[in-house]
Amino acid sequence: MTAAAFALEGPASLSLGGRDVLHEVAFEAPAGRFIGLLGANGAGKTTLMRSLLGLVPPRTGRVSVFGAPARRGNRLIGYLPQSRGLPPPSLSGRALVAAALEGQHWGLPRLGAASRAGSRREVERVLALVDATNLADRPLGQLSGGERQRLLLAQALLGSPRLLLLDEPLVSLDPSRAVQVVSLVRRLQRVLGISVLFSAHEINPLLGALDEVLVLAKGQARIGPVDTIMTGPVLSELYGSPIEVVRVGGRLVVVADPPAEMAGPLRTVLNGTDLIDPGLNGMDLAQRARRTA
Amino acid sequence: MFAYDFMINAFAASAVVAVLSALVGYFLVLRGQSFAGHALSHVGFTGATGAILIGVAPLWGLLAATVCAGLGMALLGERLSGRDVAIGMVLAVSLGLGLLFLHFFTAYATQATALLFGNVLGVDRRILVTLAVLSLACIVALLLMGRPLLFASLQPELAEARGVDLRLVSVAFLVLVAVATAECAQIVGVLLVFTLMVGPAASAQLVTRSPAAGLPLGVLLALCEACLGVAGSWWTDWPVSFWISALSGLVYLSALAVAALGRPQKLA
Repeated sequence: MTAAAFALEGPASLSLGGRDVLHEVAFEAPAGRFIGLLGANGAGKTTLMRSLLGLVPPRTGRVSVFGAPARRGNRLIGYLPQSRGLPPPSLSGRALVAAALEGQHWGLPRLGAASRAGSRREVERVLALVDATNLADRPLGQLSGGERQRLLLAQALLGSPRLLLLDEPLVSLDPSRAVQVVSLVRRLQRVLGISVLFSAHEINPLLGALDEVLVLAKGQARIGPVDTIMTGPVLSELYGSPIEVVRVGGRLVVVADPPAEMAGPLRTVLNGTDLIDPGLNGMDLAQRARRTA
Repeated sequence: MFAYDFMINAFAASAVVAVLSALVGYFLVLRGQSFAGHALSHVGFTGATGAILIGVAPLWGLLAATVCAGLGMALLGERLSGRDVAIGMVLAVSLGLGLLFLHFFTAYATQATALLFGNVLGVDRRILVTLAVLSLACIVALLLMGRPLLFASLQPELAEARGVDLRLVSVAFLVLVAVATAECAQIVGVLLVFTLMVGPAASAQLVTRSPAAGLPLGVLLALCEACLGVAGSWWTDWPVSFWISALSGLVYLSALAVAALGRPQKLA
């Protein structure tokens, strides 16, 4: 497990709409790890995933996945996009997962008994992996957000990928559901021995489960174990403003008490992780954030 | 009623068109593009009246106009979404232009009604063969693109990542919709395309859990509605299109009721 799951080299720049979201970065993500991808909205989390999927070619440098250049339709990658539209509510989860299996192939569907049995086996296998066998017959409209997320996760596991890209799977889940999803992903990552890149805008639900963290800010990236990255000096350098990290009761609290000229970084951190200044109550904090913005 | 050639042609044409409409309609509803079919039919009206004006069979004018409009819609793609006013204006202008073409061609006053509300009893053997060949071609095309189309309709981002060309799927599908719309207009008229294309497919989707169940059910419903519509017209002398639209509405209401009653039937 010494090879990289994915790497940006060259150094690589990823741009979106003419603007570099990541500017001349170079890093390697080790394989077989559960990696948290953190950053504010617009910091480039989705763009990074789309570049690994071969959907966003790098403006400069190279993007590689398991040593080969990133390309579309890479079967080594399983993907859970940040879902926008809702599939038809009357459809069952099993039908949704089955549509994703072989969904990229044109031509007549193979109707032979053997291949149909094989398809059914693969669908049942991934459903069982996420404990969704019993959910799979119910219409999607009757499932909770967490249950739907499990079905989408099952879908990402089709074809036994070696790298899972999970884009904000915790969005719109309440905290207890979020913890369940994280521990399920952690279990799958260990049992299947795969690499996981899990993006989130808050680190705390992921804290106990992560091996590594990849933080994106201001076009730059830092990767490493949580304890070495989520520290005052590293984050201060990355965000370009003084930041302290405190552990309070098993939670990480990122403290930034910036003067007016730190308005930008303050907002970034506000969106990025917990931002609590022990000397302020919530109202003061919000007011200060508005004033400096 | 089977003693007359025109009735046999009417049944056959309705059946041929119903099968294609239901299949295309299923994906249309799945993709949330139901109004694309409606919009295409309006543009088709202009094509049909234009064809009459220059002495060509209206079906070819319909086809040419809907296919061009379908291609246009697919290529504009994203940029078209949320442009209700612009789309509405194009439709209104198309209908107005169609009216003008009819005005120049004053010989048949019934032509307008036939185009707007369909004229399945006027289908002759030659049109029937054309409809059948077009349907068959479209169904084969639909089979060939079925898996990427379903995948891209349900989860576009995931499909794109797995290498499905979303634009190609979208263009190819809208061409199929265009052909189906043109065929449908032949039976129920440009104003009632919804009844055959969207009604049965939407009803089927309400009460089934998978395409494997929904597609056949949609076809079955469309076939029943179309054939009963023709038969109903024979018995009552009321227009075929009225019967088809009434049945389509009734079936949709029943499907809503079935879906609302919980899960009394599990068809998947």
